[in-house]
Amino acid sequence: MGRNLASRTGAIIAVLVIFIYGIFGVPYGGLKASLERRINLGLDLKGGTHLVLQVHVIEAVNSETDRDVQALNTALASTGATAAKLDPNHPEVITISGGSEAQQSAIHDIITGSEYAGYDVTSTGVSGYKMTMRPTEVAAVEERALDTSIDTIRQRVNTLGVSEPQIEKYGLGDNEILVQLPGVSDPGRVENIIQSTAKLEIHAVVGSYGSMAEAQQANPGGIPPEDELLPGNNGEGGPDQYYLLKRLAIVSGTDFRDAQPSTDENGRPDITFDLTTEAGDRFYKYTDANKGTGQMAIVLDNQVREVAGIESAIRDQGRITGGFTEQQAEDLSLMLRTGSLPASISYLETRTVGPTLGAASIHEGVVASISGLLVVMICMLIYYRGAGVNANLALILNLLILLGFMGFSGATLTLPGIAGVILTIGMGVDSNVLIFERVREELKLGKTAAAAVQDGFGHAWTTIFDTHVTTIVSAAILFLFGSGPVKGFAVTLTIGLMANIFTAVFVSRTIFDFLLTKKPRGTMELSI
Amino acid sequence: MELFRSANIDWLGKKWYFLGFSLIFSVAGLCSIFFWHGIPTGVDFKGGTDITVQFNSTPHEDAIRRALSQAQIKDPTIERISDVGGEMVGNKVIISLPLSSAQDTAHDQGRSEVEQALSAGYHDSGFRVVAVDIVGPTAGKQLTHEAELATLYSLLGMLIYLWFRFELIYGVAAVVAVFHDTLITIGFFSLTNQEITLTVVAALLTLVGYSMNDTIVVFDRIRENLALSRRDKLPDLVNRSINQTLSRTVMSSGLTFLTVLCLFVFGGEVLRGFSFALVVGITIGTYSSIAVAAPMLVAYQEWRAKRAPVGKRVALPAAKGVRR
Repeated sequence: MGRNLASRTGAIIAVLVIFIYGIFGVPYGGLKASLERRINLGLDLKGGTHLVLQVHVIEAVNSETDRDVQALNTALASTGATAAKLDPNHPEVITISGGSEAQQSAIHDIITGSEYAGYDVTSTGVSGYKMTMRPTEVAAVEERALDTSIDTIRQRVNTLGVSEPQIEKYGLGDNEILVQLPGVSDPGRVENIIQSTAKLEIHAVVGSYGSMAEAQQANPGGIPPEDELLPGNNGEGGPDQYYLLKRLAIVSGTDFRDAQPSTDENGRPDITFDLTTEAGDRFYKYTDANKGTGQMAIVLDNQVREVAGIESAIRDQGRITGGFTEQQAEDLSLMLRTGSLPASISYLETRTVGPTLGAASIHEGVVASISGLLVVMICMLIYYRGAGVNANLALILNLLILLGFMGFSGATLTLPGIAGVILTIGMGVDSNVLIFERVREELKLGKTAAAAVQDGFGHAWTTIFDTHVTTIVSAAILFLFGSGPVKGFAVTLTIGLMANIFTAVFVSRTIFDFLLTKKPRGTMELSI
Repeated sequence: MELFRSANIDWLGKKWYFLGFSLIFSVAGLCSIFFWHGIPTGVDFKGGTDITVQFNSTPHEDAIRRALSQAQIKDPTIERISDVGGEMVGNKVIISLPLSSAQDTAHDQGRSEVEQALSAGYHDSGFRVVAVDIVGPTAGKQLTHEAELATLYSLLGMLIYLWFRFELIYGVAAVVAVFHDTLITIGFFSLTNQEITLTVVAALLTLVGYSMNDTIVVFDRIRENLALSRRDKLPDLVNRSINQTLSRTVMSSGLTFLTVLCLFVFGGEVLRGFSFALVVGITIGTYSSIAVAAPMLVAYQEWRAKRAPVGKRVALPAAKGVRR
């Protein structure tokens, strides 16, 4: 018994040391500073912005098939067939039509070529084909779009100088991203910078109209599938203007190599951009062929920013002018530099907590915890006298393990998490109450102190096990389904309850046994 | 010190009072849910914008309302927060805008409009926006779905565990008791027109665990006593089990209640709903394990005895896995 007791005491002290280390680490710069370094506070406690956004990945599929349509039309040129997307609700479907009877096998060879391996090809009628992007391919494109969006957003946020941002996939719905920005309590500018797709493209201009109605009048058969109608926005207000553009861009997103804010000859802010070599060649070819006659439009986020006549052949440098403030020019070139988002983004949830509210919450949480702890400890001492000391020691050890675990695991402490700690205090003593009541009963039956402790712990164990498992089941489900701060609650409650099985049963029992070894055998006295 | 020295209370004899009490509260809650306040949900579930504004001196709701309506902000609700503890007593206001302010595209608009409206039209004191919650329609739906699933799964999880550890009837009785507690607690929220938020749902789930915990303690004792003496009449045995665990029940629930009360008083307004749910829930949860779950076992047993052929003894399953 004596040796057993010594090893158990050793185990308890070891656990104590390990978890105190978990809380403070190697203390330097004072205990409080060490604590703040180890325990990861949630945004609701340290202040910051929590954003949930959704990426409209279908747009990425759309531009993927757009590119393929362009390539197909080049490849099919000699056969007389054309490729087009006819149903805007199904951007993954490309329809091939035209081409003479004699060319059918050539057409079939082209569209089933290895470049289009991602498509299922079916024949429609006499001389037509339907190419449908395979669902696995669609999923891959969407996945890529989501990953690229996360990378792009991370780069943009980093450039803004937000410290320790957290940007990751979010499991609540499809294609969602969680962005956590500690210390940002005025998310307006960040939101705009994140959300702006910064999709910069240059399109050929087919026509321009003063209003939507005028555009519709000019195209009684609807907008041709190879064209698109976009609103004008030169950044300076002015009359409504609509432009009919070729749908396929001359240069787009990934073709831009660099962008810098600059000023034009009148000292107004504008943006200069560079194209990649490959895109520069393409741009040169196009501008050379159309100089003097053609017009092109610089399109930013599906709005025509600027329309210019092509005066001479341009290779790889250009400039967007008009209507920027200095801030806008700077933000926009930042966005162009970090690359455009592959698809547009919308916000689902925005939560902001200012630093003062966070500090107040910590204060309130600590006051509530300490007062709860004191109340419980005093009640246990009054009601169970000597045994109350056991329970209180076990309770304190429980809290140390809980906090130490938070330190080790890097789990986040949130305000509901503090509530979980407080609830752990209340529910933690329950096990000791169960045991002590049982020991009292056994003593009443006339058992000796040692036997009563033995049987009391034995009988109570079944109950303690069942109660803990059921509560941990509900906490675990909260953890799996909960989000944000609520998850923090599940974390502290679960850890607290698990630690409690150790402290309330093992530690409290060891203290009892230690006290009993000092008493003569067969004694009936026990301070309980 | 001891609270109940050999308590000998005939709990089952009072079952009709218990039934009446439970019915009154359940029905009152249900009436409020269906005919009065409904289930008041916060911004988390119904979507919209909540802006918490801290004023330098006591805010005047009418002046805020005037400032907002001058700026053409539609249908705002303005609610003052009363801090019980904390340092910034009483100067906070939550301005809530309806769902239309939180469409999935222009999120920050509602907040900046309110900020501008207050700067332009509210002159009584300086102010600062301390917290903003904007939940769009998609997120609101997702969060509601999430909360429903979590509640459903945790009830199912416990039913399965109890089935595995005891017998099905124990699990059913415990789940009915927990359902009763949840219903009455939600009823309280409806009656007092307090908003149910995500954290309140977390509290409700904790309450599910806690109430189950309490019920298990009584059931465990019933199981143990059943194994010891099979000849006792069931109502007597159940009464004895409740009485034997009474000290523990009162002591444990009392202590948990006290800690939750500390949370309610000192925990600040963010956790107010959460601690309110627990204060109500723990009281009801303790009551229900004695007054709902245990009588249900007896009622089930009597119902089985009535159906059984004459002369055949019917015993309540003593449950599996009794460790002696």
